[in-house]
This record gives sequence, structure tokens and C-alpha cells, in this order.
Amino acid sequence: MQMDLRTVSIKPQRQTFGHIARRLGADKPASRYQEGTLDMQSMANQHYRPLWDPEHEYFDARRTAIVMTDWYSFKDPRQYYYGSYVMARARQQDAAESTFDFVETRRLVELAPPHLVATAKRLLVPLRHVAWGASMNNDFIAAYGFGAALTQPALLHAMDQLGIAQFITRAALLLGGPEDLDEAKQAWLEDADWQPLRRLVEDLFVEKDWFELLVAQDLVIDGLLYPLIYQTIIDDRIAADGGSAISMMTQFQTEWFGETGKWVDAQIKIAVGESHANRDLIANWVAKWKARAVASLVPLAKIGAGDDAPAVLDEVVSQFERRVAKLGVGA
Amino acid sequence: MTAPISNVFLALQANDETRPIVEAILADNAHAQVDEQPGMVRVFAPGTMSLNRHTVEELIGRKFDLQEIHINIISLSGHVDEGDDTLTLTWNN
Repeated sequence: MQMDLRTVSIKPQRQTFGHIARRLGADKPASRYQEGTLDMQSMANQHYRPLWDPEHEYFDARRTAIVMTDWYSFKDPRQYYYGSYVMARARQQDAAESTFDFVETRRLVELAPPHLVATAKRLLVPLRHVAWGASMNNDFIAAYGFGAALTQPALLHAMDQLGIAQFITRAALLLGGPEDLDEAKQAWLEDADWQPLRRLVEDLFVEKDWFELLVAQDLVIDGLLYPLIYQTIIDDRIAADGGSAISMMTQFQTEWFGETGKWVDAQIKIAVGESHANRDLIANWVAKWKARAVASLVPLAKIGAGDDAPAVLDEVVSQFERRVAKLGVGA
Repeated sequence: MTAPISNVFLALQANDETRPIVEAILADNAHAQVDEQPGMVRVFAPGTMSLNRHTVEELIGRKFDLQEIHINIISLSGHVDEGDDTLTLTWNN
């Protein structure tokens, strides 16, 4: 008897879900990001309207002044869905973990000049409250935003900010001890240097337009704060003066800002490209919040850069203006 | 009379990770063709074919290390020239 072995090629009936195929134009394999994002949110046949906001549906595009014909044009260039996001952050967590270990076991903080450690404590530790505020604001975007393409990465962004608050706490414990956390909280609540930034962050808690919040928090505040504190003061100035242990402990923030900046830029670009009305709205929001953000960063620049503060802040602001101009937001 | 040019090929497992790699090869090599087989996808081209890191990175939106493809490579033919930015397969005929 003779056996013939042969391969039978079975073509799958369809490559992806119908709603994805309708969007992508043909029945071709879709990435997991696309399958886990596109049209995930309920669009119709929603339940009764919420008692706390009877003017709107639960998912309602009218919660922002921005108008889009397709809310799923907000693509995340990093293509994060839960799985890829968690894997990327786990890798970064491992790297940060080993850096903290390195700093701790080799007692690098003791080797750093004491005045730099004092500056770092004064400047860095209260920022955990800013990070928490940023996390709250992104939770709001995720909760009230429209379309999973934007609310999904907004929630990831909120989690990232919580992580940053935790990294700052760990750095504070290495730079000093638990009492530094209490001191920093007192400074955040009472020190005149921190009040403008605190007022700004807390004012954002009551903003109702979630896209304005995205512009104010993720583009403007973070877009000025991170380059100023992490890139300029910690990574350039403090590291150059012998405090590289401190910049090792904030490496996640620097890296994170570079990565998430791409996401924020893409969202703004897409909204601006949709219509002139959107562009004008966003340009107004940028101008409105930039003025307040820059003013609130003046005292921090002074703590970090002393007499060079105006020059340092100017450089950060003009960098930010170049970035915003590139996004098509006419200043 | 010229001899026909032999094909170089790269055979990869067919999965979510290799789809952008195949797309990148097709985008950068106009003469490349795909042969989809059960569980495997074979990209081939006469003479030479290259895979560029930048093209893949644009498609997947993150940093890509060319070494990552070794997890999914089933087979290949051609002389391999592997760098940080490009992997090229060629026949010197």
C-alpha cells in the first residue's frame, strides 16, 4: 500500500472582523492594535442618559468643542494596546529597577555633592504631586473622551503618570528618607514657589472639555515641565556638576517624555488637520495655557538654574514653540 | 546568452510579528514577490533583496532591532550581509 503525504493549503474564509475589514478597505490581516482599537466603543443604542448629565449620552462626542467626522482617525503611532503597552513598560521597569539598585548598592547619592542633592530634593520631590494631577487629568480624558483610539492611550498615559510619581518617591527615599516626602508635600501645599503650578494643576481638575485638557496637560504643561526639569536641569546641569546619580534615577521620565511626545503630537496634528475651526480652538488653548504654565515654571527654573533661570526657561519655551508650530498650530 | 538570475528568498513564520517585515520588504523591493504557504510566508526576488530597519520601524511605530527577525526566520537563501540598518540577501552571479 502506498501513502501519499501532501500539504493542503486552506484559505481562511476571512482575515479579520467585519468592522475592521470595512474600515481598512479589504479583507486583509489586521494588526492586533487595529483589532483591539477600531470601533471598540459603543456608538449607538446606549442605555438611558446619566442622571448626573442628562444633556449627554454616556458616550457623547459633544463633550468637547473639537469636531471630528471620524473619531478613529486618532491613531497611536506607538500602536499600543494593552499587551504591547504592558510589555514595553515591563522592559522599562526592569531597566529602572536595576538603575535604582546600582545607585543604592554603590551609594552614589553619598558621592554626589550635597548641594546638588538638596536642589534635587527641593525640585524633584514635589513633582510627584504634579504627576498625580496629570494622572487624574488623563483619567478624565479616558472617562469622558470619545472613541477608543484616543481614550485607550489616554488611560495608559494616566497609568504612566502614576508610575512616574512612584519613581519620584523612590528617588526621594534614596536621596533622603520618608521625612522628605512630608516636607515636599508641605512645600507643595504652602511654599510660595509651588503655588502657581499647584493652582494650574488643580484648575485643570474642573475643566470640562476633555480635549482642552489633553492640550493643556499633555501638550503644554508636560511639554514645558519635562524639558525644563528633566532634560535641562537634571540631565544637563546637575549631571554636569557631578550629580549623575540623580539623572540616573529620572531616566524613565526622560525616555517616557520622548516616547509619549510622539503620541501627543500625532493627536494634535490629526485634530488640527481636520478643520480650521479645530485649529483655531487648539491654537487658543495652547496660547491660554502656555501663558500660565510658563509663569508657574519661573520659580522652579530659579531653584534649578539660579541666575541662568531666564535664559534656561527662554530656551525651553522657544523649543516648545518650534514643536507646536510643526504641528500646524499657528501661534 | 544570459543565464536566468536565481532567486534569493526569506521564509518567515506567518504571524503578527512578521507581517510588517514582509510589508517592509515589499515596499522597498519593487521586484520582490510573496508566496503565502500554510503557516509560512516566503518572500523572494531575483538577484537581491533587502530589509531596512527604518521601514519596519515606521510600520510598527517603535524601535526595531533587525536581530528580532531571527525568532521567526524559517529559512533563507543568498549571501547574507547583515548590518544594524539593513539586511541584504544577494547572489553574485
